[in-house]
This record gives sequence, structure tokens and C-alpha cells, in this order.
Amino acid sequence: MNYFIIGFYALLIGVSSLAAFYQKRTAFLLLFSLTLVSFVMGIVGGEAMLWSVTILAGLIAFSAGVSFSFREFLVILLPEDYAKEMRTAPLTAGFGLFIIFTYAISGIFAPIIAPYGEAEVISSAFAPADENMLLGADQLGRDMFSRIIYGARNTVGLALLATILAFAMGATAGLYAAAVGGKLDQLLGRIVDVIMSIPSLIFSLLLLSIFGTNTVTLIIVIAIIYAPRVFRLARSVGGNVVVMDYIEAAKLRGEGNWYLIRKEILPNSTAPLIAEFGLEFCFVFLLVAGLSFLGLGIQPPTADWGSMVRENATLISFGEITPLIPAGAIALLTVAVNFVVDWMLYRSSGLKE
Amino acid sequence: MSQDKTILLNIKNLIIEGYSDEHWIEIVHGIDLTLHRGEVMGLIGESGAGKSTIGLAAMGFTKDGCRIGEGSSIEFDGLELTTTPQSDLQSLRGARIAYVAQSAAASFNPAHKLIDQHTEAPLQYRIQKRLESQEDAMELYERLRLPNPREIGFRYPHQVSGGQLQRAMTAMAMACRPDLIIFDEPTTALDVTTQIEVLSAIRDIVDQFNTAALYITHDLAVVAQMADVIKVLLKGDEVEEADTRSMLENPQDDYTKSLWAVRDFKKDQVPRPTDAAPLISVKNIDASYGDTPVLEDVSFDIFSGMTVAVVGESGSGKSTAARCITGLLPPTKGEILFQGTALPPDYRDRTKDQLRQAQMIYQMADTALNPKVKISEIIGRPAAFYSGLHGPELKNRVDELLDLIELDPSQYYNRYPPELSGGQKQRIGIARSLAAEPTFIICDEVTSALDQLVAEGILRLLDKLQKELNLAYMFITHDLATVRSIADEVVVMQYGKVVEQGPKDVMFKPPHHPYTDLLLSSVPEMDPDWLTTLLEERGVNSNTEVNNP
Repeated sequence: MNYFIIGFYALLIGVSSLAAFYQKRTAFLLLFSLTLVSFVMGIVGGEAMLWSVTILAGLIAFSAGVSFSFREFLVILLPEDYAKEMRTAPLTAGFGLFIIFTYAISGIFAPIIAPYGEAEVISSAFAPADENMLLGADQLGRDMFSRIIYGARNTVGLALLATILAFAMGATAGLYAAAVGGKLDQLLGRIVDVIMSIPSLIFSLLLLSIFGTNTVTLIIVIAIIYAPRVFRLARSVGGNVVVMDYIEAAKLRGEGNWYLIRKEILPNSTAPLIAEFGLEFCFVFLLVAGLSFLGLGIQPPTADWGSMVRENATLISFGEITPLIPAGAIALLTVAVNFVVDWMLYRSSGLKE
Repeated sequence: MSQDKTILLNIKNLIIEGYSDEHWIEIVHGIDLTLHRGEVMGLIGESGAGKSTIGLAAMGFTKDGCRIGEGSSIEFDGLELTTTPQSDLQSLRGARIAYVAQSAAASFNPAHKLIDQHTEAPLQYRIQKRLESQEDAMELYERLRLPNPREIGFRYPHQVSGGQLQRAMTAMAMACRPDLIIFDEPTTALDVTTQIEVLSAIRDIVDQFNTAALYITHDLAVVAQMADVIKVLLKGDEVEEADTRSMLENPQDDYTKSLWAVRDFKKDQVPRPTDAAPLISVKNIDASYGDTPVLEDVSFDIFSGMTVAVVGESGSGKSTAARCITGLLPPTKGEILFQGTALPPDYRDRTKDQLRQAQMIYQMADTALNPKVKISEIIGRPAAFYSGLHGPELKNRVDELLDLIELDPSQYYNRYPPELSGGQKQRIGIARSLAAEPTFIICDEVTSALDQLVAEGILRLLDKLQKELNLAYMFITHDLATVRSIADEVVVMQYGKVVEQGPKDVMFKPPHHPYTDLLLSSVPEMDPDWLTTLLEERGVNSNTEVNNP
């Protein structure tokens, strides 16, 4: 028995007793079950296991604290209308926003933040981390940390552009199909069916090998692959809106289709479309990373998280976590975006009002 | 009326609070309510009076975002509901307190047969076995005078009509023989002719089982037929309570008197001009949805400055006739003349000016106004679109229109439709149609979704506008009280045909076409004995009546 173990259990039991005393039901249940679970874990895993539990709990508490402060920060900073929304936002949304904010900052200010250039070779291959290189070097001796920072700019930027383009195409076509209906609706719908029937990764590999890989082609190809999903959503949401009386009133006024889409249908379809934007962004992001991993995405020496995983994959067999860092960056962003999307879905689902 | 005078429901100082804008706001301010066994209490008031909220609170339930305030007491048969745990309340609901909602169509699950939904509660509370319960359902269906009581339960909700569904819902509420039923506007969505069937069925069954009921409605004539006691509510406060007869004969409070006086509005009937040609002339039109014919040989004329009311049950083709005139549904035969010239059948082929001349006001102001567009733009768009106004001119025009519909421009200019009340929304709908400077407006059931006081305000407004702007109205409605107050001429439709038409004074005097007679006699009157008398009269030659066991 050392002091750590004694302190560990004493703290847990003490805090859960406090929670029970102050009638905090959920907190007590959580803490006390954690106490019971750590008895078992302590017996099975020993002191090391308890340490990892402590670190994990600390991490969770830390990120909860960060999300809370970030949310309060936004509440104070934003104008009244948005501040009200933020105040009722769950902590997960605050966390998601914080992560997205961090990624955005590191992407925008990459050249200032990164200590070295993304293609700069500064040491030997696979050099371990030291005071110059926070995360060590990659297979060519480039600084891993700098490349992660630049990767935020390249990978995220590309995914964002591709998603915006996919939405511009899909939403316009979908709302137009909903507003006009008839043969055009059928035609667009069937084209979309054809595109969706081909597995996206294979289809993008095919298109990229035909048209070659440069950034512009990459964005267009991804946009074409993802636009059909947006089309379907926009068409079905729009379909619910076009049957409303105010659309009929506008039609009887003699308004054109473009006005109908822009002024009458789109404002009433934004909530689900924004939520879908978040989800699609994650998918596009994963596709970009996947394509890079296969060597058809962003081309070297430009830093990109997907290709960084592939290039450093060999290190896994030596017990190094370096290749997992870009993978973790991808995972963290996906989780963050989904947290924010969940919050938006909750808001748009009308559960609140 | 009831044999047993013990108190069933005793609500004391009921306070209900709603959460909005991060504050709890009191919406019901300390209501007391006592209901004896077998007694029917009518709760009336405008929307926002808190009547539905109180109805739900009687079951110990509040909607999301609402809570029962401190110091309230709801005692049901000796049990204090405010302190009873949820699980106990749940076993009370359905078994001892039942609820009948306004829209039966929305309250039934469309994926299950009626009888399966009926037996759900008795099975769950282990009151009856499945077969027993089904047998009981059939008996209730028979008592509620549903056609084919032995088979109707095996249909799905979409296979029966609205009135039948409402009765099936009442039967379902009766399944566990509750002590208390809460009826929340059960007939508001129904036609007058269907309403009678549902009302008499509900009244009989409540009587037979000596069930207590809270009957929530905004229709005074209906509540006069159903309730023993009437409680009038206004903005979460009680105005007065008295038994039905004395309440009707001698209302005490000014507000109650104003409710009673609502049906007094009557405009002077304008005779048809002898020299002028009709503004709109519908000539022998046929129309169909796909292969189903809906209109057959419909003709009528509308003159400038006159109101033509088109009356009929739902499905009689009155709205379809309006769709033909606007060009949304091109007629298959016949033509529509506007100032003597034929309009193109499809609205897409009409000129901007032809579209401008005929405007429409919709039944549901909620769906007729785009919720994401500001009032200024909703009204301003037609003005900008047809007259090419912009900048300060457009703003002046919008202000002028808002003044015309009696809303303060400075207050409403920048607001969005969801922030307005039902009556205000309907006014905005009127302003939008006026912005086009039309000569002819189709009013499609414009008042049927509104409370009587608000509806009367809208009718007065429409009348005022008609006099000022010499507008012609085609007024589609199933409510004959509205027809009485606003029409100059009446067109009665049934099964897509015009049954009878003529000036209002002639139409409301006998002899009538039998269908007109049925419609006229079905309008509830303020006399508490009206329903009984009417049913006795009809009972003689009616064959839908099933003898009570």
C-alpha cells in the first residue's frame, strides 16, 4: 500500500460522500460506481491501472473545464441573440467549438506557429523527439509537429472547400427539383441514383486516375461524389416546404423559381442543411484522408494527415505512437464536428420549443 | 343530473408556469375548480386562456417547458396529484382519467387498427382480456352509433371519416370506464353536420356511465349543449363560473357578455347591381383530381363590392372551385370570365395583371406566411412585385397597409410571423392580398381557425375594407353563422355540385333545398335544449339512430 493508492480511494470515497450529502444524485452515482469499479481494477491491474484511471479522469475533467470556460467566453463575447443560444448549449458543443476553433487558428496561422517549414528536412529519418522537435521527425527527417500544423491547413481547407462546393451544387439542384417537380425532378433524381450506386472510394479513384491528381480536380471530384446526398436531403426538406400555402401564394403572385428557392424555400430548410453540412464535412474529410493514404490525394511534399499516417506506418511495429498522432488529429476533429452538429440537430428538431 | 354528488376533482389555487426567455412565467394564475362525479364542466375562453393547460393539469400532467407552481393542489378522488410519483400517475391516466384530443386523426397511430389501439389500455392495466376488451369496444362503438360496430374496429385510422374517428377516440377513452374524461375541443375540426353526431354521441355516453368530464372549447353554442356548469377563463384567470342556464341567461362579467354578443355582427346586405356585368363569372366548370371528378357543372357570378359565400361540408368542392378560379387546378370543362374576358385556365399562362386582380387569403395563417421572412417583406413583396415600388415609397405603402389592417406599423414592421397571434397573422395575410391592389379576394375559411372574438374582428375588418375599396369576396366557409354575418349571396354546394344559390335573405328563409335545411338546422344555437330538441325532431325520420340498449 503506498500513499497514491490510499489517497486515490480516500479522495473518491470522500467526494462521493460529499455528493451524497448535498443530494447530487447523478454525481454520487457516477463517483461511487467509479470507486467500486476501481476496487476491481486495482486488484486486477495494480497501481499502474489506477494511474491510468486517474489520468483519464483528469483529462476528462480538464476538457470539461476547457469547454465550460470556452462557452462562457463565447457567451460574454457574442451579441445577445447568439449568447442566449450559447448559454443553453451543452458542454459537448462547447468542447466541439473549442476544438474547431483551435484547428482553425492553427490552420490560418500555420507559418507563424510551425517552427519549421512543412517540406524542410531538419534531422535524420525517424529521429526521436527532443527540445527542437516536439513530436520527433518523420521518415525523411521533417519536423512532425510542423507538418501536423500545416496539415490542418491543407487537409481541413481542402475538405471544407469540397464540402462547400458539394453543398452549393446539391442544395441548389435539390431545391430546384422540389420547386419545379415533374420531369426535371425525375431526371435529376435518377442521375443522383446512378452516382450514389457506385461506391464512393472506387468512383473517386476512377475519376482521379482519369483526370489526374491536382488540388482543383480533387475538390471537384469529391464535390461531385458528395453532392447527391445533399441533393436528396435538400429535395426532401424542400418537398415539405413547397406544399405550404405561402409557396402557393408566391406562385400565384407570379414569382419565378429562383425567387421561390432563394427567398421562400431556402430560409425554411437551413437547419437540416447546416446539420448535414457538419456530417458531410466529416465524411469528406475522411475520404480526403483515405485518398491521401492511398496516394491519390494531396501530393507530397505538401503535409497531409492522411498521407502522414501511411508514411509513418512502419513505426507502429517499433511501438512508437507517431503515426497515431495525425490519425488522432483526424479523429478529434470528426468528434468535435459531430458534437456541434448534434447540438444543432437538437435545436432544429424543435425539442426545445 | 347526476345521482352521486361526491367531489371527484378538486383543484385549488392552480398555478402553472411556462419557461421562456430563461425565465419562468406564470401562465395560469391560481384557478380553483371543483368537479363532482357525473358532472360536465365546460371550460371556455380564447386561445391563450390556459384552458388546455388546465385540462392537462387535471391529469397531473404539464407540457414540456411547463411546471405546476408552488402551492397548487390537484386532488383527484382523494389523491393529491402534485405529489404523486410519475409511475403512479401513469397508471391513473388512461385507466381512471382519459383524454380526448382535438385532432383524432393526429392522435391515432396510423399503423395500427382502431381496435388494437382501443384494447391497449385495458390490457396494460389488466382490466380485461383481449377478447373481452374487443367485445366491449364493439359495444361502445354501437353505443356511439358508429356504422358496422362489429367491423369498424378492424379498420385503420385512415379508412374511416373524421367524425367516426373522433367517436372511436371517445370510445377508446371510455375503454377503462374512467371517472373523468377531458375533452379538448373534440369537434372543432369537424363540419356542423358531423359535429352534431359526435356531440350527441358524447353526451349520451357520458350520461350513461355517469362519467365526469371537462369539456374544453371556444364555441359557446357547443358548450351550452354539453355542460352542466360553465367556467369562463381569460388569460389564465377565472372570469366567472355558473351553471349553464344561468350563465347563458344572465352573464355577470363584461367579458362574458362580449363573448355572448359575438354573433351579433351583421352587415347590410347589398343587392345585385342591375346594370353592371359580373366581375367574375364561373360558367359550367367541371374539374377533377386525376380521374376523380370533384366539380360538376358549377356556375355562379360575383359582382364588384359584393360577398358571395360558398357553403358546404368538407369534400363538397368549395375549395376546389376556388382553385379553379385562381388557376391552380385548370378546369376540364367550362370557363371563368373576368370582367367579360375568359381567363387562361392555368395560372402560369395568366398575365401579371390578371394574377394581381385576384388574391387569396388562406385558412391557416400559420402556413400561409413564411415564418422566416419579416412582416415588412411579406407585405412589401407584392407591392414591389406588381407596382415596382422600392425604398421609402415601399416603406410608406407597407405602413399604409399595416394601418389599414389596424396594426401599428412601428411595432410590427420588423417582426416575424411566429411572434404574432393567430388573429394578427390572419390580418397580415389580408394585408398581403391588399398589397397587390386586387379587385377580387378569395377568403378560404379565413375565420375557422380563430376564436370567436378574433374572428368577429376579422369579419368586421373585411367588411370595412370591402366598403372602402369596393372589393368582391368569394367567402368559402362551413360556418353558417359567418355566412349570416357577412354574405350578400349564398351558394350551397354538395358533392361538387351547386345545390342552391341566391341572395342571403332568400336563402335563409324557407322553403329550403333539403341539404340547405340540414346545414342550417345543424348550426348549434345558444339554447341548452337545442340539441335535445333537434335530435327528437330528426329522430322521427332518421335511420342512422340505433336504439340504446
